[in-house]
Amino acid sequence: MNNNDHVSQNIENEINSNDVMLFMKGTPVFPMCGFSARVVEILNKVGVKFGSVNVLESDEMREGIKIYSNWPTIPQLYVKKEFIGGCDIITEMFESGELLELFNTNGIDVNPS
Amino acid sequence: MPMTVEQIEQFIKEAIPDATVEIEDLKGDGDHYSATVTSKSFSGKTRVEQHKMVYDAFNGKMGSDLHALKLKTVSE
Repeated sequence: MNNNDHVSQNIENEINSNDVMLFMKGTPVFPMCGFSARVVEILNKVGVKFGSVNVLESDEMREGIKIYSNWPTIPQLYVKKEFIGGCDIITEMFESGELLELFNTNGIDVNPS
Repeated sequence: MPMTVEQIEQFIKEAIPDATVEIEDLKGDGDHYSATVTSKSFSGKTRVEQHKMVYDAFNGKMGSDLHALKLKTVSE
């Protein structure tokens, strides 16, 4: 297994074990980038449980997730193994109510504040 | 290396010729921009696909040379 396979395997494991999975810079408690902070804030407002990976802890994860998703920036949100988008798309979907709908459609518990 | 508003617009228009592009330098630092891109070619595509079309326009510079681009795509 080469290194790239190993990274995508790690990514897949994370996505498979969390219905809502956020690849971000920093942690939900201490986001290290405004865009990651914004998505964490939205997920907290929606009141959904989510897993997270701090890509700053691993260069191979930081580059690997961009290749895996074919998406150049971080944060990246996955819901039920599907790539949903980055900060701008999540913000737009939150404001239009689509994000809540997405969680509802997928049977994911939410508790909007 | 930061990009200018003109360069950003040029990259987008080369990839999506019919695009209407509105760009704002959010912090005046040449590094944090907001862009609204309107194009007929977005029609029938998901938001993720539309944003990818714009990101692809930067030939790999998005996320490196161009650090922050707050993006909104509008299908005509």
